[in-house]
Amino acid sequence: MGLDIFLQHFLNALQWGSFYALIALGYTMVYGVLLLINFAHGDIFMVGAYIGFFIATFLLGIGGNSFAIPSWLILTLTILGSMVLTSGVGLTIERVAYRPLRERGANRLYVVITALMIGLFLEYLNLSLLGAADRGFPELIQTDVYTVGGVSFTNVKLIVIGLSVIVMVALEVFLRRTKIGMAMRAISYDKVAVPLMGVPMNAIIAATFVIGSSLAALAGIMYGSAYHVLSFDMGILIGWKAFIAAVVGGIGEVRGAMVGGFLLGFIEIFVVALGQVPGFEWLSSTYRDLVAFTVLLVILTVKPTGLFGVARRQKV
Amino acid sequence: MLLEVKDLRVRYGNIEALHGISFHVEEGEIVTLIGANGAGKTTTLMTISRQIPYVAELGGRVVGGSIMYQGEDLLHYKPHEVVSKFGISQVPEGRRIFGNLSVLENLMLATYSRKDKAQIQKDLRRVFEIFPRLEERKNQRGETLSGGEQQMLAVGRALMTRGRLMLLDEPSMGLAPVLVRDIFKTLAEINAQGTTILLVEQNANMALKLAHRGYVLETGNIVLEGTSEELANNPEVKKAYLGG
Repeated sequence: MGLDIFLQHFLNALQWGSFYALIALGYTMVYGVLLLINFAHGDIFMVGAYIGFFIATFLLGIGGNSFAIPSWLILTLTILGSMVLTSGVGLTIERVAYRPLRERGANRLYVVITALMIGLFLEYLNLSLLGAADRGFPELIQTDVYTVGGVSFTNVKLIVIGLSVIVMVALEVFLRRTKIGMAMRAISYDKVAVPLMGVPMNAIIAATFVIGSSLAALAGIMYGSAYHVLSFDMGILIGWKAFIAAVVGGIGEVRGAMVGGFLLGFIEIFVVALGQVPGFEWLSSTYRDLVAFTVLLVILTVKPTGLFGVARRQKV
Repeated sequence: MLLEVKDLRVRYGNIEALHGISFHVEEGEIVTLIGANGAGKTTTLMTISRQIPYVAELGGRVVGGSIMYQGEDLLHYKPHEVVSKFGISQVPEGRRIFGNLSVLENLMLATYSRKDKAQIQKDLRRVFEIFPRLEERKNQRGETLSGGEQQMLAVGRALMTRGRLMLLDEPSMGLAPVLVRDIFKTLAEINAQGTTILLVEQNANMALKLAHRGYVLETGNIVLEGTSEELANNPEVKKAYLGG
């Protein structure tokens, strides 16, 4: 594999890993705060993509008819609008489904089952409202292909990777520097002590769902812009994989979700890439998931708490 | 009267842990609740802080009584309001500092609901004056502190909420005697500077030396009350809690 081809796959892996990482962050943050595996989160990604689809279609419609809206503005409005509305969906789910169970002291198992059901609910709500046909995500920005030294890449790919990195850095700063961020980290360590600091738990939990849902919405729009196909079940497999990425990184650990997401992206892209190298033709792309999950299983066997997870001990 | 607990009854499932206890704390006092393991001391503090019933992990619920503070019943408020609205802080059993946060972050998190930036900085300086060790270690993660330092951090954190009333749950637990003396000396100073203290202790000896008044809690009932002197000289207290 020449350097140019390697770099080509490297960029693909960064893009593919961005989706996993952004979704994994939502899983890991909600887990950190509530110890809840929010299995509806993959479907939040789907909801975010569809909301983005409708906003973009609407804006392109009025832009095409009466007055032209610049494409960068459409993209920005689509992303922001979908993040806000998808956050609303995430908040509503937390408010009507999870919080009542939590306040009645329900066993965590019931909350996880509820999350699974919410996921199915979102899928089949979509199916019944919009039908089984896939939707084509509109092209929000003119795709340009650049070629530098044999490596070709699109502006969409650069935007996806760039935005993901910016968002993750911003999230890290938020968690380190703000009191809400501190409270989120504190809750993942000790839930009982946090209200004693005068911190309103439900506000922190709500903030967590807002952040997780908006990251999933961002991932959904970027996915739509890169692959242009939306379906009601698009969140299932990518959601499961992102969840596994979060566990491999160390569930509850924000950096773990980022690393786990990119790791999974890299393994998948490079397994397929390796299959094109002479001598490795037997490694067809159907091996992709098998190899990826084998690697992740090995990591978990060696380090059950995940790459960034730590076993907690209490000092007496 | 700053705090008045009346006929408070708390259950865990079918088991009643507090059978209608009543006690009060006057402004400026140090009051202690002493009693053996399982007497209901921690339950009492957790109920005042409204952790019971709001923190599901603790599992209890209030079935009767009232907790009057400045003319309002705390039982109508959420846990964070007990801290932010009423200024009741708690140093919980086992300290429960945030091991994944730095010492400074632990202290700053306790100012979550405060907006008075200048006063927060003053209070931070005060905490560092009382506990110079915390300033030396302010950028270390909480879990790297020794047990005694963690207790200092837990008390410092309670001070940072700027509460008028501080609830302390077994601050002596697991500490060497010399450290316990230091912590109790600090508590006397904090009280002298105007913070009212409700102290729960198994170490009745130390607690009665520090407190002005006390109550003896036995399996969910208050069986004795009096000034610290009266309690320390009471033959039953001597026999059961003071080792002689």
